[in-house]
Amino acid sequence: MSVISTLPEVDRLADELTPPAAGRPVTAKRRGPRLNPAKRVILYVLLAALTLLIFVPFFWMVSSSLKHNNQVFSIPIQWVPTEFVWSNYVDIWTRIPLLTYLKNSLFLSVTITFLQVLTGSFAAYGFSKMRFKGRDVLFVIYIATIAVPWQAYMIPQYIMMQNAGLVNTHLSIILLQAFGAFGVFLMRQYYMSIPDELSEAARIDGLNEYRIWWRIILPLTKPALASLALLTFVSTWNDYMGPFIYFTSNDLWTVQIGLRSFVGQFDAEYAMIMTGSVISVIPIVIVFLLGQRFFIQGIATSGLKG
Amino acid sequence: MAIAATRAPVRQQSRARARRNALVGWSFILPNFIGFAVLTLIPMGAAFVIAFMEWDSYSPPEWVGVENFERLLGDQSFWIALGNTAYYAAGHIPLTMLAALGLALLLNKRIRGLGFFRTTMFFPYITSLVAVAVVWNMLFNPTMGPINQFLEWIGVQDPPGWTTTSAWSMPAVIITSVWRDMGYYMVLYLAGLQAIPQEYYEAAEVDGANAWQRFWNITIPSLRPTTFFVLIMVTIASFKVFDLIVVMTDGGPGRSTLVLSQLIYREGIRENRFGYSSAISLVLFLIVLVFTVVQFRIQKRKED
Repeated sequence: MSVISTLPEVDRLADELTPPAAGRPVTAKRRGPRLNPAKRVILYVLLAALTLLIFVPFFWMVSSSLKHNNQVFSIPIQWVPTEFVWSNYVDIWTRIPLLTYLKNSLFLSVTITFLQVLTGSFAAYGFSKMRFKGRDVLFVIYIATIAVPWQAYMIPQYIMMQNAGLVNTHLSIILLQAFGAFGVFLMRQYYMSIPDELSEAARIDGLNEYRIWWRIILPLTKPALASLALLTFVSTWNDYMGPFIYFTSNDLWTVQIGLRSFVGQFDAEYAMIMTGSVISVIPIVIVFLLGQRFFIQGIATSGLKG
Repeated sequence: MAIAATRAPVRQQSRARARRNALVGWSFILPNFIGFAVLTLIPMGAAFVIAFMEWDSYSPPEWVGVENFERLLGDQSFWIALGNTAYYAAGHIPLTMLAALGLALLLNKRIRGLGFFRTTMFFPYITSLVAVAVVWNMLFNPTMGPINQFLEWIGVQDPPGWTTTSAWSMPAVIITSVWRDMGYYMVLYLAGLQAIPQEYYEAAEVDGANAWQRFWNITIPSLRPTTFFVLIMVTIASFKVFDLIVVMTDGGPGRSTLVLSQLIYREGIRENRFGYSSAISLVLFLIVLVFTVVQFRIQKRKED
């Protein structure tokens, strides 16, 4: 084997960029010292206060979305509207092309997630289960780019897209976000934990590498695929800067830009703005509740998204 | 002779296998690598070159050497943005880390409802940033917003004007960002806490160490690698801050929350000054690089 492929630096660097104790199912575990009753009460009071701190903005958002505009800001604050204005949730669809925004967001999120998961896990196999010259140098380059702020190369990307005639097309954002180093990195960290003997045995059985990836490794890494898919979906759905820079025409806009522009345009329509905010968050709530254990796993393993 | 004769084909065979291996290996990486190289690596390299050019979208690029950087020195907006970025980082980094560690310590106990609390703390992070920014902007409303009503209720005579005043706009952004990010880094700290062997604590207890001593002499040193990792990640994230500021304050009032990434956007994409904008991004890149390298060095020295 070449000198490069035994380079200890690669795994050290990859390790340093992986949080210690990664991959443990953080939520599943219940460790830590037992508490005496007095301490337990204090802990619960603290936790209740913190939960309140987290929930109040959300509660206020939902509550305001159900108010008349002049009731959003009142002294003293009305936590529960005196009259529930459900019509906000009907009217908003005609005020802004919300359905178009939602469709665009969904299309981009699904496409980018699919490409990121597919190419990321495919490349991760090459980086973890195949040995060849140059592999480790290439992986170091992948890792290194994760630390470079996107703004540092945003302009050349923009110039390239402009020259390719892709500014103001959905394809620009798909291309920019589907081939990131993040997916490769996350999947490789998972693949490294699968014993090499497994691929070896399959090779002896006569399976080629592609089939080993498809039939053995992919099924084994379903939780990792789910983590990567959820993290990518959510970060694409929530992305503001990318679509903000690349999409000028309204019919390409995502929910995030649509909401932002609504805020600017109808400055004082507080209730309606809150209605839009609630609708923009609902898909994320659903995705999050469906897959929260994978989220936490994915973050504990990579810690790199965002 | 006999040995050499048998060896040569073996070597040839293994070389052939290595070549085949490399081909197959590359074929796995290629679909991702092509996109990655064209859309990330090449632009990264190009940013270095463009920073030394005068380039807008109307006339052809022209090599001007360090002229863009000289101009930076005299650009008031640049210094303000640099200062504001440092201000944001100086608030966001320590507060987020402390809050995340605090949350992780609270949630590393054996109690009922643990999963619920952890999920709750984590939730703001995945919520759409635009929605978060819009809601907090309203919470911060100086005259009628819930925050100032609360402050008046607890006896603050003259509550701050938050995003409407240049003195309080950055603190408002920092508060919002800490609220949003702490749950994310909490997950990392939790993973770190759970890796500490329980036996350490039991042994310390036998030796008569009190809770504070156990925390100071076991928890903190054991968490050092996690803390280092979190520090690097929060630092990088801090220097990149853009979305939250654009939506909450758009750099204002005045230039009180203008940050580097926003200046890069304004100069490059709105004003079409590609060269000048790239020079600013090079400065941003160097700052992040220096911080990361220094942190790696300090970490290494502590390890040794």
